[in-house]
Amino acid sequence: MIVAFATIALFTLAAAAVAMTLRNLIHSALLLIGSWLGIAAFYLWAGAEFVAFAQVLIYVGAVSMVVLFAVLLTRHSRADLSVAPDAARRVIPALLAGGAVLGVLFGGVLSTPLRVATPGAPAFGVRELGRLLMGPHAAALLILGALLTVALLGAMVIAAPSRREDGSNSPDPS
Amino acid sequence: MSTALLPVAAISGDAIRSGLAPLCAALGPADSTLERFPLLLRDLATGWLPEPWRWIVNSLLAIVVVFVAFALLFALLTLAERKLVARVQNRPGPNRTGIPLTQIRLGGLGQPFADGIKMLTKEDLVPRDADRVLHFLAPVALLAFSILAFAVIPYGRHLVPVELDAAVLYFFAAGAATELAVFMAGWASRNKYSLLAAMRALAQLISYELPLLLSVVPVVLVAGTLSTTGIVERQGAWHFGFLPAWHVFTPWGFAGFLLFFVAALAEANRSPFDLPEAESELIAGHLTEYSGFKYALFFMAEYFGMCALSGMAVTLFLGGWQAPLPFLEFLPSYGWFALKLLALLAGFMWIRATFPRLRIDQLTRLAWKFLVPLALINLGTAAFWSLTAHWTGPLQLLRWAVALTLVIGPFVGLGRRLSAGTAPRTYRYA
Repeated sequence: MIVAFATIALFTLAAAAVAMTLRNLIHSALLLIGSWLGIAAFYLWAGAEFVAFAQVLIYVGAVSMVVLFAVLLTRHSRADLSVAPDAARRVIPALLAGGAVLGVLFGGVLSTPLRVATPGAPAFGVRELGRLLMGPHAAALLILGALLTVALLGAMVIAAPSRREDGSNSPDPS
Repeated sequence: MSTALLPVAAISGDAIRSGLAPLCAALGPADSTLERFPLLLRDLATGWLPEPWRWIVNSLLAIVVVFVAFALLFALLTLAERKLVARVQNRPGPNRTGIPLTQIRLGGLGQPFADGIKMLTKEDLVPRDADRVLHFLAPVALLAFSILAFAVIPYGRHLVPVELDAAVLYFFAAGAATELAVFMAGWASRNKYSLLAAMRALAQLISYELPLLLSVVPVVLVAGTLSTTGIVERQGAWHFGFLPAWHVFTPWGFAGFLLFFVAALAEANRSPFDLPEAESELIAGHLTEYSGFKYALFFMAEYFGMCALSGMAVTLFLGGWQAPLPFLEFLPSYGWFALKLLALLAGFMWIRATFPRLRIDQLTRLAWKFLVPLALINLGTAAFWSLTAHWTGPLQLLRWAVALTLVIGPFVGLGRRLSAGTAPRTYRYA
């Protein structure tokens, strides 16, 4: 079991790490999708079938398309696809943002009392998951739905003017 | 197959002679020898193995059998499709290739195998500027993910390769990765037409994924389970002794089946939605830079996808492996599944032979303005249907009337609105 976990973790981390170092944005995006697959494999390893399949369906199926479309629609030529190596001066904001997210997640994980499942515990079926989502956690689900809708509308608002620029053939890449 | 068919004749004769019912009741169709035949065959092959190994070998055997069966079906489907399309177009179709070095032609039965050898011996061209790794990975990933989908389809009463609690979700998760492969193929080819076609294909696949998934949700809602075996078992009764309780025979199920079928046509890149590889306008789209066996792999994946979606349609709406009538249960469950699957595949081919290809704007308009709203309304119809399951007597008539209105009303209304201004069409140059 621990070997499987180590393999999955190594695959996920390696895919993410290589994605950061590659210069070609499409390759990075595909490797990022690979690391999402690794996360799905981790869910499977942990026995959370439903979450694993949902992860594949949503991340590998849908979010990956959004990423790839965003890359292709915002780059004007193939030369544009590789990221300039002058990104070094963006290291500090990147580290700050990443560190903040890491801190929040770590704090959240460490401060949550996690119950260790007893070995003979019954498997958690889709039905129970659905009841929990529609019952006690319905508010969280609704808020998440509203959040995603707002994010989608925001993306459309941001993307709309750039399309007008494309129409007038402005050379300014946005 | 021939060995499996012989006992059918024997048992059916017995069943008819002994007055049909007693035999079935005594033996129970669920546990007859014929019904368990594939399992018995498997136990014969692996029974001598020690216990911990048997499980692994059984799983491997299931994988091999499913793969070989569908690869053979793929070979025969290509021939059947060419023959059927030829029949519709009033020409003979492939009829020369038979057994090599003899004069025996068998009506062209050797054609798929000759095609396979041809594809294997063709030169494998990769464009100089192509992204070699992705160019190679695209067909491999596509085929791998399309084979994954076969794992959860119940082929018979005792024949489901993997029994999962969230099988329906698994099926569509496996299917979701095909879009990625299409993009990889289009982008890695370094060809403008390939990339453009891949983007167009993605637009189509994403648009039709929505009605496809939305037409499945009512089934899950009414059946109350995501497991494919559970969904098939819910459809295993007969109303009034002759009308099967398949989902397709309810108002919401009928609408759902049609929506699923249309969306499956588009998801499997089948005509009239075969825009991703529209040969005449896009020089085969994302497949332009592929040759030899990689090209064949794309087609194999397309047929596998078609088979998997048909199998899912049979499972979700057409009662899976259930027999349509009680006295027809002498045919084993996997036989019924195969018959239904082949019937649906023939439907796919028939549509390909008779419908003209859609334009991309018509295609997306059909998805977003027609199929998605209908699928959403259908969800409401299914909710009404399951809430009124306890209605009896005259209320039953009311239930059918309301559900039928909910199905037909939006269909007619949306159809009228969508075709306003475009129909009736005038053919100026035809």
